[in-house]
Amino acid sequence: MASKHSEDTPALALKILVAGGFGVGKTTLVGSVSEIRPLRTEENLTEAGRDVDDTGGVEQKTTTTVAMDFGRITIREGLSLYLFGTPGQDRFWFLWDELAHGALGAVVLADTRRLADCFPSVDYFERRAIPFVVAVNCFQGSRRHAVEKVSLALDLDTGTPVLLCDARDRESGKKVLVALVEHASRRHAARLLA
Amino acid sequence: MDDYPPAPPPLPGHGSDRHWYDDEAGPLVRLYALTRGRTRPNSAEFDLIAMITAESPYGPDDPYGSDPGLAPEPAAILELCRFRSQSVAEIAADSELPVGVVRVLLGDLLDAGLIHVSHPVPPALLPDERILREVINGLQAL
Repeated sequence: MASKHSEDTPALALKILVAGGFGVGKTTLVGSVSEIRPLRTEENLTEAGRDVDDTGGVEQKTTTTVAMDFGRITIREGLSLYLFGTPGQDRFWFLWDELAHGALGAVVLADTRRLADCFPSVDYFERRAIPFVVAVNCFQGSRRHAVEKVSLALDLDTGTPVLLCDARDRESGKKVLVALVEHASRRHAARLLA
Repeated sequence: MDDYPPAPPPLPGHGSDRHWYDDEAGPLVRLYALTRGRTRPNSAEFDLIAMITAESPYGPDDPYGSDPGLAPEPAAILELCRFRSQSVAEIAADSELPVGVVRVLLGDLLDAGLIHVSHPVPPALLPDERILREVINGLQAL
């Protein structure tokens, strides 16, 4: 893919995924930190090359549209961060592979009332060694689980940060992203030393 | 959708002017017609965050491009990235076309020498930690 490189300094774009179960606040988080209103793009799954068998159990459909929400944060001219909310349904895993390709890291949003909803995301990023943090979206009225409890319940590798957040709040969302980039940075450094 | 005012309510007695479709009907040109049946770009690959810039001017002899044969959709894509680089994802969102279709059209524009593509650098290949530090500082300063 990196076959061509321009002679001028290329614009640097980094990709962060926002994953988690349906209705956990992925779009809200993207919206609260993005400088543009969350945009929505669609992937049209009519491609002949796509492995339809991946949708095992689902009736064969020839056309499916998956919407992806995304936002942008410009750090400076020529350096931007793109946030992509991953499609919620499990049957779109193969789309995740494209999204995850070259991603700096991921935020797994969790709702303590439905903690199991984020197991697949956690599993996905752990298997692919993609740095991620778990952000527990503190819905009003939801019990504020201790961070350690969540970490234990999700059986996270030691070192995977867990933090509480309010996906609607920009400052809170920023903190989550900072935690993720710091975590990715540590992982990056460790890899260089290894 | 924002670009279009809502369709006016049909006027009585103007039946012949009535639209027989609305926005809900979606595009009247089938997507595979836009791509002439192709599901993938001819040559290049386009990551969602690959940055696209229109090669501007179109050519030294024809600065504002009376490009023969550009269909409305590729022409609109070119217009979107004429003044600043746009990611593939943004182009798809702004043109209201599925990413797969946008990729095919971008492939054509690239083959025609009308765009420049800047591929994203995988984090594993980032030259140093300075950039990530810059991102952290930038986020904190937002």
